[in-house]
Amino acid sequence: MANTLDQIFVLLKHWIVAYFPLALQPVVGILLSVVAIIATFPALFALTTVIERKGLGRMQNRIGPNRTGPFGILQPVADGIKSLTKEDIVPRSADAVVHFVAPLVLVVVVFMGFAVLPMGRNMQLVDMDAGLLYFFAIGASAELSIFMAGWSSRNKYSLLGAMRAVAQMISYEVPLLMSTVAIVMITGSLSLVKIVEAQNQYTWGLPHWYIFTPWGFAAFIMFCIAAMAETNRSPFDLPEGESELVAGYFTEYSGFKFALFFLGEYVGMFSISGLGTTLFLGGWSAPLAVLNFMPSWIWFFSKVMLSIVVMIWIRGTLPRLRQDQLMNFAWKFVLPMTLLNLFVAGLWRFMGEGILRWLVCSAILLGVYVIVGRTEMRRRKIGPRSYRYAE
Amino acid sequence: MNIVFWILAVITVLSGLAAVTLKNTVHCALAVTGAFAGLALLFLQLDAQFAGFAQILVYIGAVAILVVFAILLTRGSDTPAQGVFSRTWFAGLLIAAAVFTVLGWAVMNSAAALPHENAVPTVTVQQIGQALMGRYVLPLEIVALLLTAAMLGAVIVAMHEKGEPK
Repeated sequence: MANTLDQIFVLLKHWIVAYFPLALQPVVGILLSVVAIIATFPALFALTTVIERKGLGRMQNRIGPNRTGPFGILQPVADGIKSLTKEDIVPRSADAVVHFVAPLVLVVVVFMGFAVLPMGRNMQLVDMDAGLLYFFAIGASAELSIFMAGWSSRNKYSLLGAMRAVAQMISYEVPLLMSTVAIVMITGSLSLVKIVEAQNQYTWGLPHWYIFTPWGFAAFIMFCIAAMAETNRSPFDLPEGESELVAGYFTEYSGFKFALFFLGEYVGMFSISGLGTTLFLGGWSAPLAVLNFMPSWIWFFSKVMLSIVVMIWIRGTLPRLRQDQLMNFAWKFVLPMTLLNLFVAGLWRFMGEGILRWLVCSAILLGVYVIVGRTEMRRRKIGPRSYRYAE
Repeated sequence: MNIVFWILAVITVLSGLAAVTLKNTVHCALAVTGAFAGLALLFLQLDAQFAGFAQILVYIGAVAILVVFAILLTRGSDTPAQGVFSRTWFAGLLIAAAVFTVLGWAVMNSAAALPHENAVPTVTVQQIGQALMGRYVLPLEIVALLLTAAMLGAVIVAMHEKGEPK
């Protein structure tokens, strides 16, 4: 019974596919999975906008939307109707073709990332050998659409926002990739399905998730930082900062194209949370061995929604980073720590089982973190705040 | 040669043509990105997964952005006043055709020198990794040295501008 519930979507797909002639069956199977993905994640996006606005509202000591439906649940419906009925304004000097294509490229590229995520047991769209590499390749293509949006608007604010966004994204792409290389090293495969299966073992009832190892924990923190920077999410949202650049690279977009950008950004958040869940939090495996009776896809989506809630929480809490602080942080701190993490992961693998490897690896990582942190802080003289007034 | 190859080939060639014939430089850069994407898909169609994804990651994710930044930070983004074709276009066409003929002849004739294999060899990432760390480790280290030198050179070139008197 538990197994049926676990595999219910797979069984449903096989049942529908059986109605078609043999030649069409692979195509229909793929189409069904694609339709399921395209239906699920925008629905989650709608839920997330409500959670975000209510959550941010409560964190900022105000009530969020509460007019549309009980607790503002129907707000996404209102937003959707608004964005569909707004006039689509394209500036006269804007580059019409590129202006039109930019949100399309973003949405297509962001949805393509879901093809390799295992959302449950046997529930990935494609089981590629180089799945992780595919995901990062697709993520790299998203930066191009942001540049296209900023440049085609012929607006200085948009161009500035686009340049900042692209610089930020390429800076943080290196720590993002390097923090996952340790996982690949230990698992021995780039396939996301195999990475989840390697984490699906239990010792004394506790799972073998990579976040519970010293190098995995460090890599998870760096992955989270880089993921928030990649999706232009606070505290890294200078490119789209509302108080800085009007709206950054999507200043000149109105109506449905803005909704597409918004959708693309949030679905990108889901995508990278899904990847983080797969790599570090064990994907679809349950936290305790006794909880395996619950379906695997419930665990995957719970972990993804938990990551989204943490991202919203961080947005409401931390102040925005300045552009040079951002870049300094990426190149001078996060990147060397990822390289050190690789070394520590290799040490972990070759030290063999036992308590010694836990102590040595944790000591190395903590020691370097404290020392590098203190060294960087000593150079900045942080004294009492001084005010300069216009005379 | 199946239909997918022809579609991808048409996309790549058309993007390449657009990259050299369009007037707006940023449009050309975007068209060249399309050509890179077509090449990557051709690699994927030949079952070379690592090569295809590395092509997307490196070319579209880094080189295309570099090209676009370079166009924007110089003054090349203005639409040129005259047309983009030079007056000696016929000689250029002849030379390009001659190079293509020589390359095509060389590739076609070298097909006979390859060992005969019946099945398509599947190259996994693990095999690439083992080859890089085993047989080809010396070229790998030399390329790493070259990349480090390039990065240091870039930093020095960029740093020198700060020391100049304003």
